[in-house]
Amino acid sequence: MSENAKKPTKKKVELLPQFVNYRHVWVCIESERGEVHPVSWELLGEGRKLANALGVELCGVVICGPGERGKAICGEAFQYGADKCYLLQDDVLTDYRNEPYTKALTDLVNTYQPEILMLGASTLGRDLAGSVATTLGTGLVADCTELVIDTDTRNLASTRPTFGGSLLCTIMTQRHRPQMATVRPRVMAMPEAEAGRNGEIIEVAFSMIETSIITKVLEFIADDTRDKPNLPFADIIVAGGRGMKNQENFRHVWDLARVLGAEVGASRPVVQAGWAELDRQVGQSGKTVRPKLYIAAGISGAIQHRVGMDGADVIIAINIDANAPIFDFAHYGIVGNANTVLPALTEAFRSHLAQMKQTG
Amino acid sequence: MHSVVCIKQVPDSAQIRVHPVTNTIMRQGVPAIINPYDLFALEEALRLKDQLGGTVTVITMGPPMAEAALRKCLSFGADDAILISDRAFAGSDTLATSYALSAAIRKIMEDMQVDLIFTGKQTIDGDTAQVGPGIAKRLDYQLLTYVSKVVEVNPQKKEILVERRAEGGVQLLKTSTPCLITMLEGTNEMRFGDLDDLFRAARHELKVWNREQAGIDEAEMVGLKGSPTVVSKVFAPKPRSKRAEMIEVHDGNPKDLAITLLAKVFTQHPKLEQEIAKRAL
Ligand SMILES: Cc1cc2nc3c(=O)[nH]c(=O)nc-3n(C[C@H](O)[C@H](O)[C@H](O)COP(=O)(O)OP(=O)(O)OC[C@H]3O[C@@H](n4cnc5c(N)ncnc54)[C@H](O)[C@@H]3O)c2cc1C
Ligand SMILES: Cc1cc2nc3c(=O)[nH]c(=O)nc-3n(C[C@H](O)[C@H](O)[C@H](O)COP(=O)(O)OP(=O)(O)OC[C@H]3O[C@@H](n4cnc5c(N)ncnc54)[C@H](O)[C@@H]3O)c2cc1C
Repeated sequence: MSENAKKPTKKKVELLPQFVNYRHVWVCIESERGEVHPVSWELLGEGRKLANALGVELCGVVICGPGERGKAICGEAFQYGADKCYLLQDDVLTDYRNEPYTKALTDLVNTYQPEILMLGASTLGRDLAGSVATTLGTGLVADCTELVIDTDTRNLASTRPTFGGSLLCTIMTQRHRPQMATVRPRVMAMPEAEAGRNGEIIEVAFSMIETSIITKVLEFIADDTRDKPNLPFADIIVAGGRGMKNQENFRHVWDLARVLGAEVGASRPVVQAGWAELDRQVGQSGKTVRPKLYIAAGISGAIQHRVGMDGADVIIAINIDANAPIFDFAHYGIVGNANTVLPALTEAFRSHLAQMKQTG
Repeated sequence: MHSVVCIKQVPDSAQIRVHPVTNTIMRQGVPAIINPYDLFALEEALRLKDQLGGTVTVITMGPPMAEAALRKCLSFGADDAILISDRAFAGSDTLATSYALSAAIRKIMEDMQVDLIFTGKQTIDGDTAQVGPGIAKRLDYQLLTYVSKVVEVNPQKKEILVERRAEGGVQLLKTSTPCLITMLEGTNEMRFGDLDDLFRAARHELKVWNREQAGIDEAEMVGLKGSPTVVSKVFAPKPRSKRAEMIEVHDGNPKDLAITLLAKVFTQHPKLEQEIAKRAL
């Protein structure tokens, strides 16, 4: 109830006897209408490391309708590191619904008894994870940013940000199994797919009849994604903060983005001021991004912004204040007025690219 | 129509500072507020009451000071408020919290049937989004998370139609009451309470329930004992080992700064240069 009361404990705690035979690491492969959410592959990459540390198998769980590409999805999961996949296909599992999915995953866990179960912290994953953990009566750690095995105890140590990212805490589920965790998309690196890597598919029957399920999906209205920014998967992002001063100046951010073929990102005050849409907010309460290049103009580098973009390969910061926190973690810094430096950068990139084109 | 709205009092995290030396949270003087996401839940319940009549009960599990949050909800128009508060609840994780809240809601049901339970999407402190699903499972209620719109409620047929934010689109769902709804943010705007409600809120006799009164017989189900997750350490994020390499030119001329930066970045990251060229040309 209160974080004060939740004092860190060091004492060694024994696993409850009914859970000692729980083994292997599981990742719930999230697919809807045949599309796998990339966070599932990111989790397999992370799960591979955990399974290796424990000396156990990495298994995927694929739940979908009979008409969907269940087997093909298992095949992809093997390429991303799974040794085995449990495949459940049934009519009642065609669209995601809490009730049948919770039953499917809970039954599977009770039958095959994994020690670790991970899901993406997506809308589907959070809905399902919370329900499954409660049904199983086990612990669930939300939005983890780091997962490691405590080699002394074989326990999973899950680290997550708290208080909007200002602090981190490490949480363990010592007495119960499985140890459950969710991870946000783009927090973990995407593993390389290994062509030709194969594994075992275990098809599991699921018996739940439609008439016993109370909630019905009447319609699915797909998002119009044509003009929607997709920041989490952008390779280059140019982001502007309050230091851009006004909406008019914010166009400098757009100008550079256009030359680089980049997405435009923003800090929270910029979104709140209406200079950029909510979908462009980077950070704790916005998107987590992992671009190859992140250019931050007029952004102070508050921790709530940092947790969303720290994973970028190269960070360039432009800030008028030499002491701005962003320079503590950016790779390159320019102390200067973003409203003059950005147009200069745009020009420099433009002419450099033109030159490259000429010389081939 | 009887709706129960779960709310949590949280520290206004916008005002939380971390002590630069000890890395502990400095809470002194940080005001406690109603978890902002819960106001969307409360407003939706109040709207249904405007439309269909009925009662709205707010409930929170928290320390005695959480009474202030409940009174605020009464001033917005909630009819009744219950605080469940007991030292035994200290240290509850989401599993124990959902246990305590569902037990208290069962207790409410002894007096009046509960048709809908509303929660916020998540809190701004624990931020797990796990308590709503937990309560629904424990009460065997249908769970509707991330609801962006309550389209229609038919109390006679016990039917409800909602729009739910799903991956890649919106689901239109039909289900039966009773059910639990976690309300998405930005879906409505909290009303201003009127003067009557303001006076009523100040005078209203809050129900304060301890563990037994909330219907929890076994103390092992709540607090640290009832919580499978254990916080093993709290620490500050480690700073990146190196500070940014600062680009400087003698007169700070933007053009020279830009050219110097590009030369440096592209020399040290030739792949990035290729990547940009590939995309931009
Ligand atoms: C619960 C919670 C969640 C949050 N979630 C997010 C989130 O998801 N994303 C997010 O971004 N923030 C988030 N915040 C807000 C965060 O704490 C900061 O307030 C925010 O990131 C600051 O944005 P900023 O850097 O644009 O503005 P400021 O902090 O105001 O910084 C502006 C910067 O611009 C510089 N500057 C000024 N003029 C110029 C100029 N002419 N040229 C160059 N530089 C200039 C200044 O030196 C300063 O460093 C959250 C806060 C809380 C409490
Ligand atoms: C730093 C930190 C990290 C934590 N990490 C975890 C973790 O990973 N796993 C875990 O199981 N627990 C965790 N906890 C404990 C967890 O925060 C508490 O159990 C808390 O009581 C409820 O969780 P929440 O704040 O995440 O609520 P959420 O699940 O995000 O809340 C969803 C909704 O449930 C309702 N609700 C939540 N709490 C109450 C309440 N006390 N009274 C009435 N309604 C309520 C509200 O409507 C709210 O909008 C953590 C706590 C802290 C301080």
